[in-house]
Amino acid sequence: MPKKISNRITEHPILTFSKGKLVKFYFEGKEIEGYEGEPIAAALIANGVKVFRVTEKMKRARGFFCAVGKCSSCLMTVNSIPNVMVCVEPLKQGMKVERQIGRGKLI
Amino acid sequence: MLADFRSALIHLNLRLSAFFLIISHLSMPASVLSYNMKQSDLTSDILIIGGGPAGLSAGAVAAELGAKVIILDDNPVVGGQLIKQTHKFFGSKSHYCGVRGIDIARILETKITHPNITMMCDASAIGYYEDNVIGVVQGEKFTKLHAPKIIFATGAAENMIAFPNNDLPGVYGAGAVQTLMNVHGIRPGRRALMVGSGNIGLIVSYQMIQAGIEVVALIEAMDRIGGYNVHAAKLQRLGVPILISHTVKYATGKDFVTGAVIVKVNKKWQPIKGTEKKLKVDMICLAVGLTPLSELLYQAGCKIVYVPDLGGNVAWHDKNMQTSIPGIYVAGDASGIEEASTAMLEGRIAGAAAYQSLKGVNLQAQEIIKLSKTELDQIRQGPFGTRPRLGKEKLSALKI
Repeated sequence: MPKKISNRITEHPILTFSKGKLVKFYFEGKEIEGYEGEPIAAALIANGVKVFRVTEKMKRARGFFCAVGKCSSCLMTVNSIPNVMVCVEPLKQGMKVERQIGRGKLI
Repeated sequence: MLADFRSALIHLNLRLSAFFLIISHLSMPASVLSYNMKQSDLTSDILIIGGGPAGLSAGAVAAELGAKVIILDDNPVVGGQLIKQTHKFFGSKSHYCGVRGIDIARILETKITHPNITMMCDASAIGYYEDNVIGVVQGEKFTKLHAPKIIFATGAAENMIAFPNNDLPGVYGAGAVQTLMNVHGIRPGRRALMVGSGNIGLIVSYQMIQAGIEVVALIEAMDRIGGYNVHAAKLQRLGVPILISHTVKYATGKDFVTGAVIVKVNKKWQPIKGTEKKLKVDMICLAVGLTPLSELLYQAGCKIVYVPDLGGNVAWHDKNMQTSIPGIYVAGDASGIEEASTAMLEGRIAGAAAYQSLKGVNLQAQEIIKLSKTELDQIRQGPFGTRPRLGKEKLSALKI
């Protein structure tokens, strides 16, 4: 069973959240759940994932930062394609999401 | 060091990503492209880049007057930053006082259903080319857009501050946290330190509490609270300590934030030894100002001036929002950091002015411009209007 989603807001004084279909996807080979159409980063954070990549030279951990596809902090490898900005890339069923080490590999 | 490195990286990346997109498109054989791009050309009377309060207002006015308009936005939904602003706006009735930002976004959305408007979402403007051509990537499609008049309503990006470990996951922009919580319904942490007491810092702190996040402290390097007292008072009633004359010394943690060390600063903004306090937090939220997004305006060759009161480098513009290049306009935060109500007014001015420069003098357009300028002046008379007013005056005084 995938780990229970814990960082979702279930009660809010003002907002209600309409979500897409609950889908399964893979993070580092492990099956987890998220809602279709939400940014991949949102689904990862909902599952407690904070480290999205490791930098090329100084091997520093990087994660979510700007949420608008501007800062490049969240680049990950998705379905073998590196440098995907997961803060703006919509989640789809069955996606294979991996931490990117350095620059990632194109081929 | 790390902070410098990070901000340099961010800037480099911004430029490189746009550059490589263009280069890869121009010079690589189609088989090498990861996307099989379909190309097309589109033309319009007025092209508006950015579907936030400024861009949507500009589009609504220009379309209503009779111009064909295309509005671009790189988000899946229009409204810019309004779509995550759950607080009620201040000001007068005509500026949507008492209405939540999320609801203003919906109102603006109904105003762009005019048949003269084509709205393109998920569409990124990746470059400005000669003769007012904008390259646009929309999923797997590349479109060359051409219009005699272009309005840049590109908004702003959040600022970063320098402290050791500011690159750790857990250090987030306040706007980013707001997006995660209020658009996607996700808490990025459980215990937060907010840095910056401007309206964004105050409002987002309150919204974090609404989302179930504990705000351990809000710190401010100045010796006073930056934003409206009414927002600060709400936090204080909930028991959030607001510490003025404090800054972040460093963040702790190996792979992500596990704490923060804050320190008192003196009148010269120097840390005072022995005043350090350790806070156990899993996120540090930065609300330390915004910078106008002027890249495309740079590329277009518009005269850019550095005006600290407007948030940094902005395209010079006249009172009708026209830049140094005739036919190119700027509106909203891209023309100087201010607020949604002023962005909407600037958008209306830019839309009406662009219409007139295309189709000739029009009484209705003149009326819109006159009225919007009066309202802008009124807003800028308020205590929080001083900086933008001074900034805009500085622009007016410059000879171009």
